[in-house]
Amino acid sequence: MSADVAIVDYGIGNLFSVRRAFERCGASVVVSDDPQVLLAAPRLVLPGVGAFADGMRGLIERGLDKVVPEFTDSGKPFLGICLGMQMLASVSEEFGEHKGFGIIPGRVVPIPKTTIAGKRHKIPHIGWARLERPKCLAGWEGSILEGLSHDDAVYLVHSFAVQPDNGAHRLADCTYNGRVISAAIRKGNVYGTQFHPEKSGDVGLGILGNFLRAERLKFSYEAAIAPRRG
Amino acid sequence: MAGIRLIARLDIKGPNLIKGIRLEGLRIIGDPQEYARRYYEQGADELVYMDIVASLYGRNSLHDIVRRAAQDIFAPLTVGGGLRSVDDVREMLRAGADKVAINTAAVQRPELIREVAHVFGSQCMVLSIEAKRQEKGRWEVYTDNGRERTGLDVVEWARRGVELGAGEILLTSVDQEGTRKGFDCELVRTVSDAVSVPVIASGGMGSSEHLIDVVQQGHADAVAMADILHYNRSTIPDIREIARASGIEVRRVA
Repeated sequence: MSADVAIVDYGIGNLFSVRRAFERCGASVVVSDDPQVLLAAPRLVLPGVGAFADGMRGLIERGLDKVVPEFTDSGKPFLGICLGMQMLASVSEEFGEHKGFGIIPGRVVPIPKTTIAGKRHKIPHIGWARLERPKCLAGWEGSILEGLSHDDAVYLVHSFAVQPDNGAHRLADCTYNGRVISAAIRKGNVYGTQFHPEKSGDVGLGILGNFLRAERLKFSYEAAIAPRRG
Repeated sequence: MAGIRLIARLDIKGPNLIKGIRLEGLRIIGDPQEYARRYYEQGADELVYMDIVASLYGRNSLHDIVRRAAQDIFAPLTVGGGLRSVDDVREMLRAGADKVAINTAAVQRPELIREVAHVFGSQCMVLSIEAKRQEKGRWEVYTDNGRERTGLDVVEWARRGVELGAGEILLTSVDQEGTRKGFDCELVRTVSDAVSVPVIASGGMGSSEHLIDVVQQGHADAVAMADILHYNRSTIPDIREIARASGIEVRRVA
């Protein structure tokens, strides 16, 4: 029997927890660094912690950098977690400028060192935050956040955050001392979460369960009109 | 303000959950997995495991405990005790830990902090500091569970650790640990105000009021609690409710 979801193994991160969380949701999981296995899967997850450049290098060294754009172009559901979300962006400012996949255009920038009131606050941002729906978004129906209530909190640990160029790609925000942080992004079949669903208790398991039910998009309007990535 | 994290701390010796007073006079509490599951189900924001004799006796059975925990606990796990190298850290992360806490080995070789932060990211590298009060306003760093003095000043060491790449500090007061008499708020405030990273206050929580004090007066970013939970003198939901009623922002748990 083929797996319900494949997890990209590129030498970093606590993959065990991601695997266990999906298994708890009833999924069969394969963890692999084999491009063919990954591309054949019905759903793909790119986890990751650590520095941006190390993550990209880990993918390139294993010949997996081509897998991500090829998979996301297929219309099958894709989820990038934490660093995996950040690598979807165009460029990161972490330890110099580094190119990302540019699948969801945007920049990875440091979390501001001060609160909205100008007081110094703690970095990394570590803790649980409520997910807030961006005003431009009608609802979370049909997304991996479907069914969440406005009190539901998720666990984050990060010093950098994604700023999508296109506000329509923001799926959920959270605030850290008044600073708005992009907590989840979406472009069609491609999702990214800055938070760790595998570490966010029942709320996180619910989100992963939704991802397992996400369907393949037959036609992506944005992919059709956007110029092809180089 | 950011949400204050309520962290269940589990001190481990061999296969057992244990608890001492001032890190000594250890008593066996029970099976760590049973307690960890209870705290997860109660809504603990994180769990911290500390193998408190590992650094004295070398290798430990902590991996098995962590592996079991990661099977069905979907909350952040920090693990410390006896970790001496990047390879030790990698193994612990493979077992299911999200962060590692390092004390003795970092004091012996501070470069270890930089190495761990470089390979796994600062968010993974928690500097564990055991602090013992000296003359007023000064604290000395201890290792090996409050047994060995180092001559290091706690505030200077905390700053140095953050410069080297520590993303968080687990600050245990050796004087208050296990006493139920409240945190050393002055220690916590002094360190928390001196560094840019979050500080977890540990040692002394006997009641919810102590948590309120260490957040409001001690500027703690997170609070570790042990025997108040182990002996069932309070529960995480009750502590959470009291904290919220006092104006402390904490996660809402359904």
